[in-house]
Amino acid sequence: MSTMIYIAVMAGVTYLIRMLPNVIFRKKITSPLIKSFLYYVPYATLGAMTIPAILYSTGDIITAAAGLTVAVILSLKERSLIEVAVSACAAAYITGLLLRLTEIVH
Amino acid sequence: MNRLRFTDGIRDSIPIALGYLSVSFGFGIMASGAGLSPLTAALISLCNVTSAGQVAGLSVMTAGGTLFEMALTQLVINMRYALMSLSLSQKMDKSFTIPHRLASSFFITDEIFAVAAGKSCDINKKYMYGLGILPVLSWTSGTLLGAVAGELLPEAVKNALGIAIYGMFVAIVIPASKKSAGTAAVVAAAVAISCAMKYIPAFSFISPGFAVIICAVAAALAGAVFFPVPSSDDKEAE
Repeated sequence: MSTMIYIAVMAGVTYLIRMLPNVIFRKKITSPLIKSFLYYVPYATLGAMTIPAILYSTGDIITAAAGLTVAVILSLKERSLIEVAVSACAAAYITGLLLRLTEIVH
Repeated sequence: MNRLRFTDGIRDSIPIALGYLSVSFGFGIMASGAGLSPLTAALISLCNVTSAGQVAGLSVMTAGGTLFEMALTQLVINMRYALMSLSLSQKMDKSFTIPHRLASSFFITDEIFAVAAGKSCDINKKYMYGLGILPVLSWTSGTLLGAVAGELLPEAVKNALGIAIYGMFVAIVIPASKKSAGTAAVVAAAVAISCAMKYIPAFSFISPGFAVIICAVAAALAGAVFFPVPSSDDKEAE
């Protein structure tokens, strides 16, 4: 399958989702079930996309676990998105360095 | 009367643009790792302007999924934008004729929505365009830089940067889960289903794109049934 067709479908669907309600619907959604469902979808999506995928994001499960731990701790302290993202990278990097050091020492 | 200008939009968008630059850098590295060229990666960012949808889309592409799977994945993951778009449509003033609604819908992201929705007055088109332009540019150029750097950076740095975008996801989900038991339960359910699909061999026929859809729909539906979100009127009454 051509990459460009994938991108076209991806961009087209994403645009329609953003555009249609703005242009067509003017009434507010009143169904509590639909409103609640739409409210929860982003969190459910991000949760499912993050775990377990984050553990394989650095090529080493131990460095990824270190990054995840740091991200969770800083998020609990409600630090900014950038701060959490950069700190998770730093934790993964430093853990990777330490792992290689111990390999060299042994 | 409060007249919002183009430059007000630009000013309000600077923190968003800086955040996007760093996170899209991570997406660029991820895309280059998946075998895409820097320009292709930047094109994805330019025409999608969304983090979770792009990460999921990338995994559908690399897994060789069907176009139907791609469309459905984007629909479910980006469905929240429909709600934001709906909400913003009530806040746009008369300057938003249909062509401007068509154009400005393109860059409704979580952060841009949050800033626009947070304005005490209705928003006009100049402000909205001011708000959108820098974040779109930084999201695209950050991706390009990340994808180029992905080809140049040492392996250890590249590996560490691979976690950036997931770090951002964690930073969105955890504070929201702290504030609401319903959200925490929904996230826990989604994570549990996601792990089950990954590690239980019986589910191995389900592709990553569909797995995310199943997790999101099942967990969000359960949340809507067991933890209905109070309407904004109720919240104001509290």
